[in-house]
Amino acid sequence: MDLRYTQAEQSFRTGLRTWLADILPSLPSKPAPNDWPGRRTYDTHWQRLLFDAGYAGVDWPVEGGGRGSSPVEQLIFKEELERAHAPYVGVNFVGLLHAGPTVIAEGTPEQRRRYLPPILKGDEVWCQGFSEPDAGSDLASLRTRAVRDGDEYVVTGSKIWTSHAEVADYCELLVRTGTEDSRHRGITWLIMPMDSVGVEVRPLTTIAGSAEFAELFLDGVRIPVSNRVGDENDGWRVTMVTLSFERGTAFVGDLLEAIELLSESVALAHRTGAWSDPGVRRQAGHLKAELDALWALTKRNVSQAARTGVPGIGGTVFKLAYTETRQKLGEFSLSLLGRAGLAAHDSEGLDGLGSLPAEAMVEDWLRGISLTIAAGTSQIQRNIVGERILGLPKEPTRGL
Amino acid sequence: MDFELTEFQSDLAAGVRGLCEGRFALDTLRRAEGSDRVVERDGWRQLGGAGVFNLCLGEDTGGLGLGLADAALVFEELGRALVPGPLVASHLAAGLIEGADDGSVVVGLVERPNHGSGATAPRGLAIPVAPVVIEHLADLDVLLAVSDEGVTSIEPSTLDATRMARPMDPLTPLWSVSSLPAGTPVAGTDVSSRWRRDGAVLTAALQIGAAAWTTELAVEYAKQRKQFGRPIGGFQAIKHLCADMVVRTEVARAAVHAAAVTVDQPDVGDALVAAAGAKLLADEAALANGRSCIQVHGGMGFTWEVPAHLAYKRARVLATQFGTDHELAESLAESLAESLAESLVQSLAD
Repeated sequence: MDLRYTQAEQSFRTGLRTWLADILPSLPSKPAPNDWPGRRTYDTHWQRLLFDAGYAGVDWPVEGGGRGSSPVEQLIFKEELERAHAPYVGVNFVGLLHAGPTVIAEGTPEQRRRYLPPILKGDEVWCQGFSEPDAGSDLASLRTRAVRDGDEYVVTGSKIWTSHAEVADYCELLVRTGTEDSRHRGITWLIMPMDSVGVEVRPLTTIAGSAEFAELFLDGVRIPVSNRVGDENDGWRVTMVTLSFERGTAFVGDLLEAIELLSESVALAHRTGAWSDPGVRRQAGHLKAELDALWALTKRNVSQAARTGVPGIGGTVFKLAYTETRQKLGEFSLSLLGRAGLAAHDSEGLDGLGSLPAEAMVEDWLRGISLTIAAGTSQIQRNIVGERILGLPKEPTRGL
Repeated sequence: MDFELTEFQSDLAAGVRGLCEGRFALDTLRRAEGSDRVVERDGWRQLGGAGVFNLCLGEDTGGLGLGLADAALVFEELGRALVPGPLVASHLAAGLIEGADDGSVVVGLVERPNHGSGATAPRGLAIPVAPVVIEHLADLDVLLAVSDEGVTSIEPSTLDATRMARPMDPLTPLWSVSSLPAGTPVAGTDVSSRWRRDGAVLTAALQIGAAAWTTELAVEYAKQRKQFGRPIGGFQAIKHLCADMVVRTEVARAAVHAAAVTVDQPDVGDALVAAAGAKLLADEAALANGRSCIQVHGGMGFTWEVPAHLAYKRARVLATQFGTDHELAESLAESLAESLAESLVQSLAD
C-alpha cells in the first residue's frame, strides 16, 4: 500500500495545474442554471479547450481518440479540476461517460469515426434514453418498441429522466426488439438523432425547482438500422460494457465538493457561535472522518481499477456510503443556518454577522436528496452488494 | 500511488490468518471464558515468533523492519480471530521492554487519568475517569501507564486491584484500582504520543477484523436459516442489514489502511488526524456489525452459544481504548478548526 504519487504522476499534475491556472481566467461567466442553450455553449466551449490542450477523453482509450490515461491520472485530473473550480462535465456527461465509451467498445469502425471526434471536441451533445415511466429499477422490463421496416427501425414509446434532452443532438436509446417478455434478451441499443420526426421533449421540474431532465415521447420515430450499436437483441450486454467504465473516479469531484462544503459549514459555525456547542463540533468531526475515509476508499478503488481494469465492487460500496454522508452533511449545514435556511436566499445575518450562504447550502441540500435515488437507488445497490458480493439468494424478478 | 495490498502484504495477512485458524481457533479460546488468565504463554510466544510484536522494530534491534501498514494487516487478522490479550500494548512495548518483542514477556497498558482536572489531552484523546480499569492484570509481567508526561512502568503485583465481577467480554478479565502508583519512568512524551497514535490505528485494525468476521457469520447464517420456505438472506430486510455491514467494514478499512500508511509515509497527510478518523469509524463498524450479526441470528443470536456476542462485547472493550467516540470526534473537530484558522491566515496573507 503506497499513497505517494510517482514522478510521472506528479508531473502530470503539475502540467495540468499550470494549464488550468492559465486557461480558467479566460472563461466567460457562467450561464443561469435554467438557461440550457447557454449552458450548452458554456460546457461545450470548455470541452473544446480541453480538447485543444490534449485533455479531452482523459479516460478514453487511445484508439478511441482519448488520452488513455491510467486510472491514477484520471483521479488526479478530476481532483485538480475540482480544486481549481473548473467547469463540470455538464452537458457532455452522457457523451463522454456513457455513449462514447459504448461506441468505442461496441461500435463499428464507421460509427467510431462518425461519432467519437465530435464528442471529444464538444461539437455534439448526447442524452440518455434508458429509463421509462414503468421501467426504473427494473430496467430490463422496458417497453419502448422498435419494429424493423426495411433498413429502418420504427420506434414508439416513452423515456424518462433524460438529462439535457433539450440541447442534445443524439440519444443513446434502449428499445425492445424482442418479444414483450424477453426482458434483457430482447433489448437493442440505438443512436437516435434528436431532430428526428416524432421526438417530443417535455421538461420535468425537480424538487429543487430546476428543469434538470425531461420525458421523451417517441411516436413512430424512424432510425436507420446502421445506427444500431451491437447486434439486435444484444443491447443489454452492450449497455453493461460501459458500466465499469468510470474506474472508481465517478464521484471524485462530488467528494471534494463535499469536503469544501464541510469547511464552509465549520466557518459558518464559527461565525454564528454554534462551534462552542460540543454536539455541533462532534457532528463536524464525524463528518470529517467519513469524508476522509471516502477519499481513502476512492484511492483504493482507483488502485484496484489500475491493477485489474475494473473498479470491482468498491464503486457500489462507495456510492452507498457517500450518498448518505452527503445527505448528513446537507442536514448539518442547514441546521447551522437555522431559519435563514428556509429559503435559497443569502440573507444578512443579525449584528454584523454578514451574509449567510443559504443559497448554495439550500440548493445543495435539495440536490442531495436525489443522490440515494439516481444511478441506482440505495435499495438496489444494497441488493447488488447482498447478491453479488455476499452471494445471498436473489430477489424474485417477478410475482412472489 | 497504489493503495492495494502488495503481494507480500497479502501473504503476510494470509499467514497470520492460517496461524489464528490453527492455533487460536475460537472453540479453543472459549475454554478460557471467565478465567482470570486468558493469555496462554506458548501461544503468546508463537505470536511473537510470527512477528506480531516485533514487526515494526528495526532489523538492527532484532525486529522485522516493517511498517505500521503491515502491522495493521496483521492486527486485522488477530481481531478477526478474537485473539485475547494485550496485543496492542505488547506490540507498542517491543523494543522498550525486554522480552515483549518475542512474546516471552506480556505487557499491558493503561491510560493514566488526569485527576480531577477534567483537562483535555492534546486533540482530546484519551481522558479516562476513575476508577482505573486494567485489562488482563493477572497475565501481565509488566504494566505501563501512559500519560501526557510519558510512559512509566508499574510492578503489577504491587497494585491493590479488585477483580471486577462479570466483565462484559468473557475473554477480557478486568481489574479496577482507585489509584495508580507513579511507577518508574521508562519513556518520554515522544513515545507516549506515538503510542497513542499507533495504538489507535492498531486497535482500529482489530475492530475492522471483527467487523468483517461478524459480517461473514451473519451472511453464513442468512444463507442456511429458512423461514417462510426461503433462506432469510433472500429477504431484503435481512439482505440490506448484511449489505450495510459490508459498507461499514470497507469504508472503515480504507480509513484504517490509509491511517497506517500515513504513519509510514508522513508526507501524504496528517497521521494523527487519520488515526482519529480511522479509530472512530472502525469502532462504529465493529459495534454496529456486532449488533447486526446478533439481529440476523434472531433469538439464537441472544444465546451464549452463538459467538456473535463475543465480537460485539470485544468491540465495546476496544472502543474504550486509545480514544472514545466523543474524544475522537472532538479531536477531528479541532483539526477542522485549525484548517479554518490556517486558511484565514492564508487569505489575509494573500
